Amino acid sequence: MKPSKLWMGRLVTGGSAACAFAAVAAVAWIVTTIVWGGRHQISWAFLTQAPTEGMTQGGIFPAIVGTFLLVVIMSVVGVPVGTITAIYLSEYVSRDSKLAQIIRFAVNTLAGIPAIVFGLFGLGFFVNFTGKGMDLLFSPKGTLVWAQPNILWASLTMALLTLPVVIVSVEEAIKTVPRDLREASLALGATRWQTIWRVVLPGSVGGILTGAILAVSRGAGEVAPILFTGAAYFLPQLPHHLTSQFMELGYHVFIMATQSTDVEKTRGIQYATTFVLLALTFTLNFSAIALRAQLRRRRAAV
Amino acid sequence: MTEVRKTLKLTVRNLNLHYGSKHALQDITLDIRDHWVTALIGPSGCGKSTFLRTLNRMNDLIEGVRISGEVKVDGNDIYADGVDTVTLRKRVGMIFQKSNPFPKSIYENVAYGPRIHGLKDKAALNELVEKSLRQAALWEEVKDELQKSALALSGGQQQRLCIARALAVDPEVLLMDEPASALDPLATAKIEELIYGLKERYTIAIVTHNMQQAARVSGDTAFFYMGRLVEFDATEKIFTSPKEKRTEDYVTGRFG
Repeated sequence: MKPSKLWMGRLVTGGSAACAFAAVAAVAWIVTTIVWGGRHQISWAFLTQAPTEGMTQGGIFPAIVGTFLLVVIMSVVGVPVGTITAIYLSEYVSRDSKLAQIIRFAVNTLAGIPAIVFGLFGLGFFVNFTGKGMDLLFSPKGTLVWAQPNILWASLTMALLTLPVVIVSVEEAIKTVPRDLREASLALGATRWQTIWRVVLPGSVGGILTGAILAVSRGAGEVAPILFTGAAYFLPQLPHHLTSQFMELGYHVFIMATQSTDVEKTRGIQYATTFVLLALTFTLNFSAIALRAQLRRRRAAV
Repeated sequence: MTEVRKTLKLTVRNLNLHYGSKHALQDITLDIRDHWVTALIGPSGCGKSTFLRTLNRMNDLIEGVRISGEVKVDGNDIYADGVDTVTLRKRVGMIFQKSNPFPKSIYENVAYGPRIHGLKDKAALNELVEKSLRQAALWEEVKDELQKSALALSGGQQQRLCIARALAVDPEVLLMDEPASALDPLATAKIEELIYGLKERYTIAIVTHNMQQAARVSGDTAFFYMGRLVEFDATEKIFTSPKEKRTEDYVTGRFG
């Protein structure tokens, strides 16, 4: 081999290793900085108390509650809709039909739309259109009840954003239910729906759960969709109704870093809040991965 | 054919099946007698399994399949407009080549059919599950572990469970697609014994690759080759004095 070729080989090996290392280094650096920066702040009190003194002291309890409610309402709406879409795509329309192609194209496009556009859409469609319509119909004249940003509209916007994640995940799971089992059910005189309900869905529970977890983890990490649709800077009380606004972890990090009364003084709070947010999304991602691995093992064992 | 025919359960007239551009079944005409075992034999890809699946319209599930001709069960065309495949498949059950129990308990597997057809009464279900498992000669082996996963059973037991599951919906016809091809000789013998007993109550059509099996269990045998029905006659005749050269070559093992 010519020396130049040898060097070329070494260069490629070394270069690719360096690139791969960059990813590891970035994660390590981010986690370390955040843990280090927030180390004095993280405490039980920080997690369970409301912010005080113009948000320069106290905890992030309302933001944790808000994030929790946001992802719960989002899942309650998004997971069933996503699951039904996946069922429709894989069981009711033929794979190559125009309709299936259109739906799939829409789902892929949805997945590629920037989060801020979802936020604007939520403001336009849910708050200004749906909300206004509901107020015209149901609320006393001249009062604003639904036509304002609130946790419901924010959750629905987020559900829309995370819909592709659920659809793809459930569809993958449905695909792994063996054809044999469907045929067995149909050959016994089961209808298509009975077969889906009793054989296909029970066989896809893992995928549905994985989809839900990934959606929650994605939803918990996005700020842009809730900017105009329901998140609040500061609230003295926790959300108690679908029309309440709410505080949220990601949004809290954003405002503490950009619009706080004293950015320097609250560094610790920012780091600690980010740490909680990261811990939450990491935990969710890892549980999704673990769940999927476990399901794969079980499937391999059958 | 000198023997007097018994009642006909299934009559097939000029059945053609196209799959895409492939003419998979060509002009099949064949009668399946009531309370009788009819064996369908032939080399791989000859269309015998495809033919079997036309008898309970399982081919409907495959895209690109076109069927013409006539298939009648008790004189009623099952491909006529307005025929309910759910009712049809309840009457014409199917056992698949690869045993395919649901990933549920033994009990739930057998109770699946009755449940989807609306049986809710616990006592009646218990009774039906026991009866079906007894008919499938599996009861004695599993009666103490009905709640155990069906996937924990051996291959032969799983196939008998699938038979019990099919019997639980009280079909009139059983279509068996190489039900013993994946089993060891002992399990195969058990299945064959079972088939022999079942013909007292059911009409059976069985696809098999195994010549001895066809000879042992069936009354009539149909020999398929390249999508055509080459010869159809009493099993004894097919195996001892076939009319067609190709049938003889196949049953004596000269090709296939």
